[in-house]
Amino acid sequence: MDLSNLTIHQINDLLKYREVKSVDITNSYIKRIKEVDPVVSAYLYNDFEEALSNAADADKIIQKNKDFPYLTGIPLSIKDIFLIKGKKTTCASKILDNFISPYDSTVIRRLKENNYVFLGKTNMDEFAMGSSTENSAYKITKNPYDLNRVPGGSSGGSAASVSSDLCAGSFGTDTGGSVRQPASLCGVVGLKPTYGLISRYGIIAFSSSLDQAGVIANDVLDAAIMLKAVAGFDEKDQTTRKFEIKDYPEIVKKADKSAMKGLKVGIPVEFFSEGLDPKICSRIMEIKELLKDLGADIVDISLPDTKYSVAAYYVIATSEASSNLERYDGIRFGSRFSKDEGVQTLDELYRKTRELGFGKEVKRRIILGTFALSAGYYDAYYKKASLVRKLIIKNYKDSFNDVDIILGPTSPTPAFLIGEKMSDPLSMYLSDIYTISVNLAYLPALSLPVGVIDNPTKKGGVLPVGLQLISPWATEARLLSVAKIIEDEVKFRQKYSAKI
Amino acid sequence: MDNSGYSEIGNSLLHGLNRQSAGTGDKQDKAGFGEGRLTSFEAVIGLEVHSQLLTKTKMFCSCQNIFGKEPNSMVCPVCLGLPGAIPVINLEGVRLAVKAALALNIGINKKSLFARKNYFYPDLPKGYQISQYLDPVSSNGYLTIETDGVKKQIRINRLHIEEDAGKLIHIGNESYVDLNRAGTPLIEIVSEPDISSAKEAACYLKELRDILVYLDISDGNMEEGSFRCDANISVRRKGDKKLGTRAEIKNVNSFKFVEKAIDYEIGRQINVILSAGNVLQETRLYDPKENVTKPMRSKEEAHDYRYFEEPDLPPLILDAEFIEEAKNSIPELPQAKRKRYANEYALTSYDCEVLTQNKKIAYYFEDLIKANAVNNKGKVEIKKISNWVINDLLFALKTVENQRGSKENDMPEPEDFLNLMLEVTAGNINKNSGRIVLTEMLLTGKKPNDLIKENNLAQVSDDKGLEDLIKLVLDENPKELADLAGGKDKLLGFFVGEAMKKTKGKANPKKVNEILKRLINSRTRGPDGI
Ligand SMILES: [Zn+2]
Repeated sequence: MDLSNLTIHQINDLLKYREVKSVDITNSYIKRIKEVDPVVSAYLYNDFEEALSNAADADKIIQKNKDFPYLTGIPLSIKDIFLIKGKKTTCASKILDNFISPYDSTVIRRLKENNYVFLGKTNMDEFAMGSSTENSAYKITKNPYDLNRVPGGSSGGSAASVSSDLCAGSFGTDTGGSVRQPASLCGVVGLKPTYGLISRYGIIAFSSSLDQAGVIANDVLDAAIMLKAVAGFDEKDQTTRKFEIKDYPEIVKKADKSAMKGLKVGIPVEFFSEGLDPKICSRIMEIKELLKDLGADIVDISLPDTKYSVAAYYVIATSEASSNLERYDGIRFGSRFSKDEGVQTLDELYRKTRELGFGKEVKRRIILGTFALSAGYYDAYYKKASLVRKLIIKNYKDSFNDVDIILGPTSPTPAFLIGEKMSDPLSMYLSDIYTISVNLAYLPALSLPVGVIDNPTKKGGVLPVGLQLISPWATEARLLSVAKIIEDEVKFRQKYSAKI
Repeated sequence: MDNSGYSEIGNSLLHGLNRQSAGTGDKQDKAGFGEGRLTSFEAVIGLEVHSQLLTKTKMFCSCQNIFGKEPNSMVCPVCLGLPGAIPVINLEGVRLAVKAALALNIGINKKSLFARKNYFYPDLPKGYQISQYLDPVSSNGYLTIETDGVKKQIRINRLHIEEDAGKLIHIGNESYVDLNRAGTPLIEIVSEPDISSAKEAACYLKELRDILVYLDISDGNMEEGSFRCDANISVRRKGDKKLGTRAEIKNVNSFKFVEKAIDYEIGRQINVILSAGNVLQETRLYDPKENVTKPMRSKEEAHDYRYFEEPDLPPLILDAEFIEEAKNSIPELPQAKRKRYANEYALTSYDCEVLTQNKKIAYYFEDLIKANAVNNKGKVEIKKISNWVINDLLFALKTVENQRGSKENDMPEPEDFLNLMLEVTAGNINKNSGRIVLTEMLLTGKKPNDLIKENNLAQVSDDKGLEDLIKLVLDENPKELADLAGGKDKLLGFFVGEAMKKTKGKANPKKVNEILKRLINSRTRGPDGI
C-alpha cells in the first residue's frame, strides 16, 4: 500500500483507527523522497533520523490517548525560513550557510506540541525574494508537472514537495504571493491567512509588514487542519492579534453547497485585464459560471488602485528588507569573510561578507530599498508607497461592503520555463500581480487548483490553473468553506496529479 | 555560531574607529579670546540627553537589565539580533518614560510610533536601533533652571524611547563585542536651543538628572555612561537673528566636563569667526585630557539613518488610565521640595539644596520632622534637625560607608536620632560624643541611650565633681594661672582644654567655662575679692 499519496485527514483516520503507524507512513515518504527528490529537488535537506524519531514518539502518544492533535504523526516539510532549534536554517542563502538555529520559531513550537513529523527543509528563493525558486543559492527546484518548468516561488520547494507527494503538507511564507503562486503553479492548495493570525516569531524576516506564514496542502480540509494547529496570538509577536481561532476543520467538513445561495462573489475587472493567459481566464470564468449555477450572486467590482500594487509593494518590501537584512554582517553568526580572505578593516569585513554571502536578487532588493529610504527620496518613494497601500486597503474595504468574497486568478500565467524570466526581473515581478495587493491589505486569500491547461512545450502534458479567493479581514472560516464547496464540485485531486 | 562569551571580531578591525586621530589640523589656542570679545557674542546651546531606565528587563526582550555580568551572558535571540527574532515593547520602560515626561512638563502623545534608525556597527546587532522619530511618546515641555539666582525656562522639544547598543572592548590587537547592554531601555530628552552658557547647560543637566534620580527612573551616573549628554553649540554676534553654524559635541562623560567642553567650544567658534573663518557643521569629540574638542572624521558622521516606521511593532497607544497611574506615581520633586523647605521650615537656600540633593536624605529629613512632631520626649528645632543632618549625619554616613565599603546603609530610627539630639540639647552628652554615638548607631543599630551608657559618655556636669577637677587643674598649673592673672586672657582656653582632657572629653564645655571663670576670679582676686 502506498501511504505517501494521502491527505492529512486520511492519514489521521488511519492513525486513529490504528490501521497504520506513523512510522510506516514516514517510511513511505522517506522511500519516495529518496526516489523522487533527486529529480524534483524540493528539499534543501532531509533529516530522516529526526523524522523516524518524531514518528515513533507520535505512535506512543497515539497508543496512549484516544484524543490526539490532528497533526500527530503527520510528516510535513518546512520552508527553510522557519527556525528549528538545533537545525540548519539557511533561507537558501550562502550567508547563513553554517547557521544552526538556537531557538524554535513559534510555528515550529506549536507543530512540536502537535507531535508532527519533521521530514526536512524545503528549497526557496533566497530570503523569500523571488517567484520561481531560481534565486536559491543551492539548487533549482522543478515543477512536478513539467521538470523543465519552475514550481513558482518563493515557497517553490514546499509546493513541489506537496505536489509530488514528498510530504503530507508544508509550511511556507507569503509576502507577496509566495504561498499562493507556487501552490497555483504546482496544482495544490495554498492559504495565506490574515496578517497577524500566525506568529512571525522565528521566521526569517523579508518584509515584516507583509510576511505571513501560510500552508500548502493537498486539499482544503488539510489546509484548515494545518492553519488551526499554528494560528493564534503570540506574546513574542506583537503584530499577532487576539483573533478568535475557530475550529476550521469542523467548519470545512460542514461546508455545504447550499451556502452558495445568495453569496455575493465579486469579480474585480482589474484581475482580468491584459497579461492574463486567455486559457486561464476562460477556466476562471467557468468557475464563475459554476458558482452562479450554485446560486451565488456574481458582482462585477473594481479595485482601481490595485494597478499600483506591484510598484507600492516593491518599494515597501524592499525598504523593509534592506533594514531586516542588515543583521547579516558577519559579526555574530553566519558566514564571515575575514583576514584569510584578505580583509583588513571592519568596512571590508562588511562588504566582503555581504558581497559574497548574498545573491544577485537579494542585493538588487537591498539596493532598491536602501535607495527608497534615503534622505531626499523617502517622501517620493516609501511615503508615497505607504499612501498607495492605504488606498488599496480602502479599495478592498469598499468592495467588501458589496460582496462577501472576491474571485480571480492566482497567477497570470501557468508555470513558466526555468530561466525564462531570470534575466527580466520586471516580468518576474508581474507573476505576483494578483497576489500582492492582498498582502498590502493584510487580507486572507487562498489559491485552489481548479483545472489544467495544455502544456505548450510537452506533448500530452498539462499545467495546473489556480483560482484565488480573497475574503475580508479575519474571515478564514468563510474563505475555507467557499474553497471547499468549489473543490467538491471541481474534484481536481481526483482528476489530476503530477504523475511523477 | 558562538553564543558563549565574547564574540571575537579580531584582527584589530575596529581599531582606529573608536580611536580618534588627534591633530587633524584643528589645534586651537585654548580659550584664546578676551572677555571683551566674548561679550559681543552669544552662544546658542541645545542638549540631547540619554538616560538608561531602571527597568527590570530590557526594552524589547525579557533579558535582565543589569550590569557587571560576564560578557554576552544577558542576551537572547531578540537582543542578539538573531534571524527571525522580533521585539516586544516593555511596558515598564514605557511607564518610566511617561513618568519622566510628566515630571518634565512634557505633553504625552497618546499614540506614538517606534522607528528604525539604520546604521552598521558591531555593537548594534540588528543593524538598526529601535527608536522613535516622527511621533515620539512625548513632546513640548520645559524645565526651569536657576543660575545665579536667575530663573529661566528651557523648552524641551521631545522625550522619546529607544534602546541602547552593546559595547566594544579592545584588548591588544583584537576587538570584542559584549551585547549585555544591547537593548537596554533609554530615553532621549532633546532641549530647544534655549541654553546660552556652559553654566546654564550644567545647571539644566543637573536639574534633569536630579529629577530622573528622584523618580527612580535613572541612576544618573555619567561616568558609567548610564546618563549621557551631547551638546549642539553655535555662536552668533549679539543682536544677530540668524543662528550660527552648529557643532555637535559628543563624548562628554562628567558634569565637570560638560561645562568645560562647552566653554572651550564656544571660545573655539568665536575664534574661528574672529579670524574670518567658517565654523563647520560637524561632530566633535571632547578630549578631557587636553580640554579641547576635536572633529570626528567626516566618514563616521556621514550617516543617512534611513528612519522608517518599525514594522515589527504596533503603534504605542496609551490610555488615560495608564497616564494617570504614571502621574500618581510621581513624588514631590527636588525643586518643589526646596521651595517648601524654605517656606515651611525657614531654612537657608544652602540647607535646602543639601537636604534635597539626595532623595534618601530628603526623605529621611522629612521622616525626622514627622517623628519630631509626635515625640513626647521633647521637640528639636527644625533648624537644628537640618544642621544635624547636614553636618553630622552626612559625615557619619561617609565614615560608615568607608568602613563597610558599601553605600547601602540603613538610617537610624528617626525617634532614636531625635532622642540623641535631645540628649545633646539637654547637655547630657556633648556634641562631640553625640557624633560618636550617631556613627555607632549607624554601625550597630543600637539605641542612643544604650550607646551612651556602654561608652560611658554621659557628661560630667555635676558641679561639685567638676569643680574639684578644675581646682586640680589650676593647682597643677600655677605658672599659667599667674600669667592669666597677668592679663594673658588667651590662657583661659588652655585651662578649658586641660579640664576637658581630665574628663576625657565628657565634660560639658559650657559648664567648664563657667566654673573655670568663677574659680579663676576667686583665686586671682584673693579671698576678699579685692
Ligand atoms: Zn534579550
